Amino acid sequence: MSAVPPLAGSNRRFMSGNEAVARGAWEAGCNLAAAYPGTPSTEILEFAAHYPEMYTEWSVNEKVSLEVAIGASLAGSRAFCAMKHVGLNVASDALMSQTLAGVGAGLVIAVADDVGLSSSQNEQDSRFWGRFAHVPLLEPADAQEAYEYTQQAFELSEQFNTPVILRLTTRICHVKGVVNFGERREHENAQGFIKDPGRLIMTPGVARKRLPMMFEREAEIQRYSESSNLNIIMDGSDKRIGFVTSGPTYMHVKEAFPDAPLVKLGLSYPVPFDKIRALASQVDQLVVVEEVEPILETELKAAGIALLGKEILSRIGELSPNVLRPAIAGLLGEAVPETAPVKAPIEIKPPAPRIDPATGINVFPRPPTMCVACPHLGIYYCLSKIRNTTISGDIGCYTLGAGHPWNALDTTVCMGASMGIAHGLDKGRVEADQDKKIIAVIGDSTFMHMGMQGLLDITYNNGNVTILLLDNRAVGMTGGQDNPASGRDIHGKESTKVDFRKLCEALGVKPERIHEVNPYELPTLFTALRDEVKIAEPSVIITNQPCVLIDYYGAQPALTVDDDKCTGCGNCLDIGCPAILVTRRETVVKPNGSEKELAFVKIESGACTGCNLCPKTCGPDAILPLADYIRQ
Amino acid sequence: MSENKITNILVAGIGGQGVMTAAEVLSQTALSQGFDVKKTEVAGMAQRGGVVTSHVRFGAQVLSPAIPPGEADILVGFEPAEALRWISHLRSSGVAMINTTRQEPPVVSLGLYDYPEDPIGEIAKTGVEYHAFDAGAIARDLGNFKLVNTVMLGAISELLPFPAEALKNEILDRFRGRKPELVEINEKAFELGRQASL
Repeated sequence: MSAVPPLAGSNRRFMSGNEAVARGAWEAGCNLAAAYPGTPSTEILEFAAHYPEMYTEWSVNEKVSLEVAIGASLAGSRAFCAMKHVGLNVASDALMSQTLAGVGAGLVIAVADDVGLSSSQNEQDSRFWGRFAHVPLLEPADAQEAYEYTQQAFELSEQFNTPVILRLTTRICHVKGVVNFGERREHENAQGFIKDPGRLIMTPGVARKRLPMMFEREAEIQRYSESSNLNIIMDGSDKRIGFVTSGPTYMHVKEAFPDAPLVKLGLSYPVPFDKIRALASQVDQLVVVEEVEPILETELKAAGIALLGKEILSRIGELSPNVLRPAIAGLLGEAVPETAPVKAPIEIKPPAPRIDPATGINVFPRPPTMCVACPHLGIYYCLSKIRNTTISGDIGCYTLGAGHPWNALDTTVCMGASMGIAHGLDKGRVEADQDKKIIAVIGDSTFMHMGMQGLLDITYNNGNVTILLLDNRAVGMTGGQDNPASGRDIHGKESTKVDFRKLCEALGVKPERIHEVNPYELPTLFTALRDEVKIAEPSVIITNQPCVLIDYYGAQPALTVDDDKCTGCGNCLDIGCPAILVTRRETVVKPNGSEKELAFVKIESGACTGCNLCPKTCGPDAILPLADYIRQ
Repeated sequence: MSENKITNILVAGIGGQGVMTAAEVLSQTALSQGFDVKKTEVAGMAQRGGVVTSHVRFGAQVLSPAIPPGEADILVGFEPAEALRWISHLRSSGVAMINTTRQEPPVVSLGLYDYPEDPIGEIAKTGVEYHAFDAGAIARDLGNFKLVNTVMLGAISELLPFPAEALKNEILDRFRGRKPELVEINEKAFELGRQASL
């Protein structure tokens, strides 16, 4: 992806929060950036990679990315790592101990909360990490602040000898706004790595010594927070309610209540209690507006500050102006302000009785699907045909196999969990499930992120799981980033290309239990799967075709359906390819009196890339290359 | 209340149609006309043939990036069912510009849900001002379905608080640099869209 260059002579540009963070880090003289892709943070590193002065890398997981950044910081280089909210769960082991030691040059951890769940398995409030790890936490309110706060984060990190968390949300990362920017300032650090085992080697003895130092640091930062220019009291003419808010929520509050006094927290942890008390003394009532968890509310109430929060506001979803206005109007005993929306159409004929939760309108859902010609289509087609299985899934495009038409996944929870959970499903099985086959499905990136360990656990502990390792040579769901399966680094340069067969053998899977299969070759795939699930040993079936979104994939000429031959059996629809569409349905009565539903199909030739999967499911051979059909 | 007049444009469609590009072009045009702009983007799961929306807000100063329901001035619907899905985001004095080319998702093909028989008819019942035309057919006739987003931008070009020419030039400038051979066809697409909306 390319960064759009600024207009000639201008230092203003329309950029996303993600790009602003990368720009800010670069200008602050950062020398190293590491990350694992994850919505909504992925683009931070993609933009960072454009700056030649910074070493940038896709790390294999977020913990490694933080460890790399720690190493660089200790070596004397400003460093940052970026991740989505669940990524910090993975990296937290390093954070929770390194906080005791401190840093070398500035160390910034950018964590992006996917508030609203655009693409995550949970919603989490990363503000807790500031409290848990006793480190300062910054919350920019838009792209301009993301740019500025990133730079201040490095300063704070060095001033107080602490890692600093830059907390973003989807509303920062994926919103573009105007940013005024500057130039890079090199960070000079002639000293390099300073030997200090009494600080850096976290044995119990050292940790015991450093714990009170960490608390003293926290108190110092709290005093700084009270007078920091990152925390502002904004005056207002309407003194009935004062608001306490932080991050992008500030924008909602300011838009909804332009005349209300408020405290805007940019350095939201440690909390500047005195500053908030100062606002409280100027207004009749205080309301805390924070999304997701009532963290500030709880802390402020514990400090004896009277206020309202979740009594009138939801814990779930975005607190946008249309949510805030009625809540505050209710509090003030006022009429709810009217907007003049279009009246939703009420007469929608069944059978489409489904109300879209986001909009209140009765229209079908349009869930994400696998792409046309995705190599996972054949895999899930096969999985949907195998009986008596429990299928343990993982995080990636292949999680979509849980949906229609495959319905071929039973559990998914976090990166790499498919392995351990499958093992547990096997070892913990009860009498009733004696013959059940346990299958695990995992992608190449997820496997390298945290699945390898689970596989080793399975082989080391004599497990019985059939594993499908879907190697599509990319980090697919986040946009096809490079990884050790693609054999290229973030700059597209040739690099390590993992041999998964060798890796699985090294982790203890018997060579005869490992198969490499082209997932478009349905009969071969089906046979391998069917045979391996019968064998009570760990097996790995590695599928080896690239994601269709990356350049390794080569489109083939489109296919089409010969109407005269199509019998409406609908077998091809079980593949779930979005290019196969139903043209008409018919109900026929069979000789024995029972009814059968037929679905006649066509292939959207503009979308089809000739992967040749569907002909393999077609009994009457009604699917052929479009060019041949035209010639007939 | 503040005097800050904000124009809210909701662009809605399906992953792969050029929704984000259309929103980007609108944003850049507004920027060049001196407005403050905020634009939301969607990534990850929604792109896999799922619903894609972009909120574009511009004015003297834009704070919150999300258009509150009922406050969109223009709804650009790249697909009729998607236009129906988002219709109540429009204010009653707003305008919906809708491409009538249907795209059925697999859940409809599989018979799990029905595609509304007459999404445009349902929109008409709300009483809001709308223009529905087959932008997909226009693009196809010009030889490339990808032109549909230029057609849609042409269609709304007369509804904006800045000249239609500014929007057209923003589009053409993008091609002038990297793909000059596409300038002419995009100009045609823009003009056909502009006419179709009248």
